Amino acid sequence: MERIKNFELNRYYLRAKRFFIGMQGTDGLLIKILIYGLLIGIGFVYLFPMIYMGVYSLKTLDDLLNPLVNWIPTKLYWGNYSKADQVLSFFPTLFETLYVTVLPSVVQTAVAAVVGYGFARFEFKGKKILFALVLATFVIPPQVTLIPRYIFFNELHILGSLKAFLLPAAFGQGINSAIFILIFFQFFRQVPKALEEAAQIDGAGHFRIFFTIALPMAVPAFIISFLFSFVWYWNETYLAAIYFGDALTTLPLQLQKFVATYQKMFPAGMGLGENQLNEGIKMAGTLLSILPLLIVYFITQRWFVEGVDRSGITGE
Amino acid sequence: MKKKVNLKNSTVGFLFVSPWVIGFLLFTAFPLLYSFYLSFQKVKITTSGIQTKFIKLENYKYAFLSDSVFVDKVTQYLQELIISVPIIIVFSLIIALLLNQKVKFRGLFRTIFFLPVIIASGPVIKELMDQGVTTIPSIDQYAIYQYLNENPDGFINGILLYLIKNLIVILWFSGVQILIFLAALQKSDKQIYEAAKIDGASNWEIFWKLTLPGLAPMIIINTIYTIVTYSIFSLNPVIEHIQKNMFKVNTGFGYASSLSWIYFIIIAAALGISVGFMTIKRKKSYS
Repeated sequence: MERIKNFELNRYYLRAKRFFIGMQGTDGLLIKILIYGLLIGIGFVYLFPMIYMGVYSLKTLDDLLNPLVNWIPTKLYWGNYSKADQVLSFFPTLFETLYVTVLPSVVQTAVAAVVGYGFARFEFKGKKILFALVLATFVIPPQVTLIPRYIFFNELHILGSLKAFLLPAAFGQGINSAIFILIFFQFFRQVPKALEEAAQIDGAGHFRIFFTIALPMAVPAFIISFLFSFVWYWNETYLAAIYFGDALTTLPLQLQKFVATYQKMFPAGMGLGENQLNEGIKMAGTLLSILPLLIVYFITQRWFVEGVDRSGITGE
Repeated sequence: MKKKVNLKNSTVGFLFVSPWVIGFLLFTAFPLLYSFYLSFQKVKITTSGIQTKFIKLENYKYAFLSDSVFVDKVTQYLQELIISVPIIIVFSLIIALLLNQKVKFRGLFRTIFFLPVIIASGPVIKELMDQGVTTIPSIDQYAIYQYLNENPDGFINGILLYLIKNLIVILWFSGVQILIFLAALQKSDKQIYEAAKIDGASNWEIFWKLTLPGLAPMIIINTIYTIVTYSIFSLNPVIEHIQKNMFKVNTGFGYASSLSWIYFIIIAAALGISVGFMTIKRKKSYS
């Protein structure tokens, strides 16, 4: 009798153990709770600023001042957005931002593909040294070369125009160009040599092989390079402010000047609380300035991961 | 015949690479040397062009002896770097490991964790910092924070305070790193893991003996990436200082050039020390 009881208990114990800790690996309940807990907790940390921005941008002045209203506004108020839209002059600035980011990204990606192909498929004297230099350019902070470039561009009279971004990009010296060359290098190295030889026997020249065989295979590398270029050019305010001056502007640059522009457009005083800059308007402006990027991101996010995966950024 | 083909191959190869070579000479090598030259000059911008006057090491002396903020900013930067980089690396590794598990809503979690790749822009983060969104929510109500805030002196207290105040910003620097770790994890050989499991290795052992050594090259790449992006981020105190000095009348381009060269050497040293340390450690653990 005692024995049977023990056996029963043992079985319950084992079953419980299997349920909570699992046979092995990650199938136990406790580990699952831990994993999901961590994922949700950390995810919240990342989302918190976004939620905060969204909520505060919809609050009326009364809600902002009311200590009882914390996370849920009493009503949805879009006035902050219309003010922020005026201050940023959203749509004209958006088109200018796209102009300033898309073109250099396209050029940068195309050139990185050509250079990466050269490094991946050919042998020539000094290749190793050149490739080491490519990687070395990544760690040179832009501040070191900024002043001479500024003087140089000034003499070429291209300050204040997109050429100040396009020219370096066209010669593989754009923002983080080294990374993109590396991505294409890794990618083209994986193209089987036999394919190239077969094409050569059929009489195709090097450039034909590049355009008809290599490029179509490199679509993931193109996508990931373009997306990252786009994001990095979009977020670049330091170089943009210095090269473009007042001639061109971007949404992040406008955001930087948000307070000053606001005070010019809506002079304070007169005792009117409504005209004063509040954090609701600021948050609306911040959210507007990253909204286009967020939209692009949510459409393309699956390529971000798979692209890095397939483009061989991590090497073999 | 073969030699001729080779020769032709190498010319074509060089042709493909040539845009980069020209660009490197024009936009990187020459500016690098020129800024080195400027760092020994007093530079004046006039309507007819720039005028330079050789002043030997004056700029460098000024940076360390007379500039009251520069040394402070550099120490601040180095402190932040030493604290932040290991946290970013460990943190992004943990997230990559979590995302590599078979979990539900993996796509959704990935989407959230890569958000920093998108938002890592100076003005946006500054706006968020001003609003106090980048600290842990309502941390100031906890006793430990109040205690630390009342005793801000002392090395460890300083570190803890910095961490608490900037945790979200630090975590927001880890977008690309998570991507790189995750891609590497998904490429790793599944068979070795299965073999290890059959041999009775626990998850804990598998992580330390298989996963981590396999990720060692990625850890080095991520460390380099983190140090570089952290150093050239536009809200970095040293960067702000250099930018301020560029257009100041009494200091100007010459002084800004020498500042950026000092900064460059510091970054290079930081990279050299961390990467060198890691490669030595790696070699030891393999031999």
